[in-house]
Amino acid sequence: MAKVPVQFTLNGSEKAEFIDSGTTLLNALRDKVGDTSPKGGCHQGTCGACSVIIDGELRLSCLTLAETCNGTAITTTSGLAEGGVLQPLQRAFLDTFATQCGFCTPGMIMAAKVLLDHTPNPSRDEVVEALSGNICRCTGYEPIIQAVLTAARANSQNAA
Amino acid sequence: MELRKNYFADVRKDDLHEVGQPRPRSDSPGHVTGKTAFFADRNFPGMLHLKMVRSPHHHARIRSIDTSEAEKHPGVVKVLTAKDVPHNVYTILILIQIGPEDETVLADGKVRWKGEAVVAVLAETERAAQEAAAKVKVDYEVLPAVFDMEEALKPGAPLVNEYHGRNYYLYDSGECRKVRFGDVEAGFAGADHILEQSYQSSPIEHAPTETTGCVVVPEGNDRFTCYTNTQAMFFTLDNASIILQMPGSKLHFVGGTVGGGFGGKVDVIVEPIAILGAKLTGRPVSFIYSREEEMQISSPRAAEKVVIKDGVMKDGRIIARKVTGYTDAGAYSRHSPYGAQKGAGHYPGPYTIPNVWIDTYCVYTNRTPSSAMRGFGVTIGDFALEVQMDRLARLIGMDPLEFRFINAYRDGDMKAHRQPTEGAALIECMQEASRAANWPVAEKYMAMSSYVKGA
Repeated sequence: MAKVPVQFTLNGSEKAEFIDSGTTLLNALRDKVGDTSPKGGCHQGTCGACSVIIDGELRLSCLTLAETCNGTAITTTSGLAEGGVLQPLQRAFLDTFATQCGFCTPGMIMAAKVLLDHTPNPSRDEVVEALSGNICRCTGYEPIIQAVLTAARANSQNAA
Repeated sequence: MELRKNYFADVRKDDLHEVGQPRPRSDSPGHVTGKTAFFADRNFPGMLHLKMVRSPHHHARIRSIDTSEAEKHPGVVKVLTAKDVPHNVYTILILIQIGPEDETVLADGKVRWKGEAVVAVLAETERAAQEAAAKVKVDYEVLPAVFDMEEALKPGAPLVNEYHGRNYYLYDSGECRKVRFGDVEAGFAGADHILEQSYQSSPIEHAPTETTGCVVVPEGNDRFTCYTNTQAMFFTLDNASIILQMPGSKLHFVGGTVGGGFGGKVDVIVEPIAILGAKLTGRPVSFIYSREEEMQISSPRAAEKVVIKDGVMKDGRIIARKVTGYTDAGAYSRHSPYGAQKGAGHYPGPYTIPNVWIDTYCVYTNRTPSSAMRGFGVTIGDFALEVQMDRLARLIGMDPLEFRFINAYRDGDMKAHRQPTEGAALIECMQEASRAANWPVAEKYMAMSSYVKGA
């Protein structure tokens, strides 16, 4: 099968890979680059576990062809903690018990990060809407909603 | 939340240091940084991908299987059929002597449910495995199928599973699990009212976000490391050992990190065939259910039917209860004989009733094999019992909560299974529920206690 070159930055680092044409970004990240923080829950764009941020926008990596990501800047949950220090969003997920099995967590954090980057002080409804593409089967969502609201408060206190 | 301390004040200790105190979860830091290693996060050079050829029929005889075209497909390394599996017929609970072995790892001569595994294809890529699986030709003779439990129990119904020879699980107590306490017919004869109702549920899929699967690596020391999301590590290891006729010392299972289970990952389904593939090819093997397989193939909660007949007095006492429960195992046992047995153990609910008769059946049909899910065997039963309780209360014109106070079991009461009730606390829970839900009951019920000194 024809290989195509693809080049992007992942969490600030340059990456270049030869991939099979048609490879999803999810598989390229997990199998070629070795970043397994995006998860494959459905491979059909319904569960949100594979969510990543491409040039500031929330994207489903299982429905994104890797070869369309040339020259982009990609962020995943594995790149958030700088020097091992958790970001307020990650801290809030810990403190509000917003994780159980943990499989949806990286995707949830991506969706929440994009929301807070665009809307630093979201309403509860805005949080619910922002997380509506991500399925969690353990928590019942409430602790996750609380985590995002808690992180938003922490961010605004830091900014003040 | 307010903790009331007046309950059981003379028997309880109040030096609670941990209750009410949050403690961080040890696994959360890994989850929020993406570092938690789920089984599918393991990638090995040369890893093969396994895809199953599955039965398109609910019930059919297999006349022939032709894998020649699939074997020629580019990227295919190995194609496995029943003859490749050392001990192909197994049952999970044989480890605790609940037989007979009744399920095939790969179908041999017959399929008993739509989606049953027939041929395993191992290839260099997932895509090649999928394409080759589509080239396997299986010649089926379609047989009549049965999907309804009561139909399956009728004489002349299609026989689902020859290893049982009948469409129900044969317990040591006979065709069903039985509980007999008092004289239920005399109870009905003396009752002011009789209420008989039936309740039915459909199968329920757990739908975990992480699908079922495993990754197996053949190691240099002649052992196999199996990274798995099973919820039942030792059940899986021991059953794999039986199926593969391989000592357990050759199998190293790595697990404990499960992306949602809810009981849906306690069956032994993916590991033995993946280990066999790794053994026969000498290469790492990944077998991961697609979302479609997770929804259609993995065991759901069993469909159940519960028939409850109660005799009740005008003063609120239930004096006789007869329950017949049916658990739809699907085509194979898996954990369902145990689920149906749990049902027998759970009825007649948390109530003291002097005359009880319980029969619970584990029935085989040509449906997807059912198995464990959160409280299986009792959850649907509780739904049926509590709806029945509300209906009984309405029948005699009594408040449904007060009706439950009258019948609640209390310490020292003899249960239908002849176990004396201990540490019930049901009265106290209902008193709290009455307050919390702002559903007042008469003062005499608020003065009741489960605890009887000296009981």
